[in-house]
Amino acid sequence: MNKFEYGIAKNIEGAFDFLKEPDSKIKAGGIDVLDLMKEGLEAPKRLVNIRSVPDLRFINKGENGELRIGATTTLAEIESSKTIKAAYPALAQAAATIATPQIRNVATIGGNLCQRPRCWYFRSEDFHCLRNGGDTCFAEDGENRFHAILGNEDDCVVVHPSGTAVALMALGARLVIAKNKEKRELALADFWVTPEDDVTKENILQHGELITEIILPKPRQNESSFYFKQQEKQSFDWPIADVAVSLKLKGKQCEDARIVLGSAAPIPWRVKAAEQVLQGKPISIKLAKQAADAAMKDAKPLSENAYKVAVFKAVIYRTICWAAGVDPFAT
Amino acid sequence: MAHSKDVKKNGPISKGVSRRGFLKGLGATSLGVAAASKSELLAKLEHAPSPNGTLLGKNAVALTLNINGKIHQVKVEPRITLAEVLRDNLGLTGTKTGCERGACGACTVIMEGATINACMTLAVDAIGQKIETIEGLESDGKLSKLQESFIENDGLQCGFCTPGIIMSSKNLLDTNPKPQLEEVKKAVSGHICRCGTYPKVFESILAAGK
Repeated sequence: MNKFEYGIAKNIEGAFDFLKEPDSKIKAGGIDVLDLMKEGLEAPKRLVNIRSVPDLRFINKGENGELRIGATTTLAEIESSKTIKAAYPALAQAAATIATPQIRNVATIGGNLCQRPRCWYFRSEDFHCLRNGGDTCFAEDGENRFHAILGNEDDCVVVHPSGTAVALMALGARLVIAKNKEKRELALADFWVTPEDDVTKENILQHGELITEIILPKPRQNESSFYFKQQEKQSFDWPIADVAVSLKLKGKQCEDARIVLGSAAPIPWRVKAAEQVLQGKPISIKLAKQAADAAMKDAKPLSENAYKVAVFKAVIYRTICWAAGVDPFAT
Repeated sequence: MAHSKDVKKNGPISKGVSRRGFLKGLGATSLGVAAASKSELLAKLEHAPSPNGTLLGKNAVALTLNINGKIHQVKVEPRITLAEVLRDNLGLTGTKTGCERGACGACTVIMEGATINACMTLAVDAIGQKIETIEGLESDGKLSKLQESFIENDGLQCGFCTPGIIMSSKNLLDTNPKPQLEEVKKAVSGHICRCGTYPKVFESILAAGK
C-alpha cells in the first residue's frame, strides 16, 4: 500500500471537510478500498474514514413505515436484524451469504453497494483494461467463465458483484446521497452506470458525494421476498449466479413481481419479461420455469460461460418458488 | 506486501539478529497503564483533533493499543495493518498472515467481541479497542481448554490456520458455550485449511463445548 494521510471523521461535516482533498477516497469498512490499494490499483493521497461517524450507523423505522439503514451499518448487523429478517428477508439472506463472518463484521452496506467488480483482469495491476482506463477488455476473448451473459455487448463484460444490491433492488430500495449540505434521494435502480455510459465507473457517485442512507419502502401487504446465491463452494465464495425475488401474493396468485439478477450483467439486472410471466397467475413450478426461460431469453454467453445460462434458469425458478412458499423440488 | 518490502529495503539486518527479533525492537513499548477511552486516545495523537475529526499525516504516529489486556504503544504509519503491528512491532507472531486480502482467515483476531481479519484492519482503527489474539488464551503457561481440545482431537496438521480458527472458535464459545455442529461450521466458515482438516476442527470445537 502507498503512504496516505488518514482523516478520521467524527461527523458527516468532518467527512466532507476531509474529502476536499481531490485525491482522496472514502473508507468505511475498508475491505474493498484496502484490497484495491494492496493490489496497486488505487493510491490515494488521503483516506477518509467514515466508519468513525456514529450518525451513519443505524437501522431505524421511518415515519411512513419505511426502514432507514445507515450507510455504515455492517453486513453482520443487517444479517442479524430481527426487523430486516421479518420484513425484508431477501436482504438478510443476501447479507448473510456475503464473504466470511470476519468480513461481515466489518464490511458496510454502503461499501457493499460501491465495491468494484471482481473481474480478474480488472483486479490485476498487470492488465491495463478498459475499466482501468486502457483500451482493451481482456475478458471478452480471454478467461471469461465468471463474466456477463447479459448486457455484455458494450465491450466491458464484468458482472456486478454486490449481493445486497440485488436484494435491495427487488425490494424497491432508494438511496440518500449527500454532498456537503445538499441531499438528494434516488431509486437504487437509477444509481448504476452501464459500460456504455461510462466504462470506468459502476455508479453515479461523484467525488465528494456520500451515500448516507438506504431506504426500504414499507412492505406491501402479502409481500414476500427471497434471495439465493449459487456458489462454486459451500462456504464463502463469489456468486456464479444470484437472484432476488419479491412477490406480492394473494394466496398463491402473483399480483406483482420483481426479479433481479446479480453476477449476470455489469449492473444488477431486472428481468421484466420474467416478471410478466408471473403476473396475475398462481405460482407453480411450471410457471416459475417459464419465467426463468423468459429471463434468459436475451442471454448472450461468452466463449466460456454458456453454463451460467443453465445455472441461472435453475436458480431463478427455485428462488421464485421459495419466495412463493412452493417447494421447487416437489414431484 | 509493501510494508515487508520496505522493511527489507530499510536496511541491512546484521548477522546474528533474526528478522523477527530485529522488528520486535522497533518502537514497541508495553505500558502498565489502564486502558484509556478511544476518544482520549485519539486526542493524544500527534495532530490535534478538530471538533469534526482528526487528520493524521502519512508518517508514523504513536498509537496506544490494548492487546490481551495489556497496553502497548507503537509508532507506525496509518497504512500499517493490525496484523503487521502484532507480528512485526509486538512480536505476537501467533497471528498468521496468509492471503493478506481477508480471504483465508489466518490473521483472525477478536476486536470488541467480534472476529475480524487483522490484515484488512488498519492499526490506527484499533486504538481504544479491546483486541484478543491467540497469545491471550493461555494463562500462567497453561493452555486453554479449547487449545487442549485441538491437541487432543488432532484438530490441526501443519497448524498455520489454527490460531485464526481458534480465535473464531473462542468467539463462538464465548457467546454459545454448547454449539451444534451447524453453528460450529458457520463460525469457522471464514477459514481455509489447506491440509483439509475440517472434520477434526469441528470435532475439536464440539469437544471443547462439552
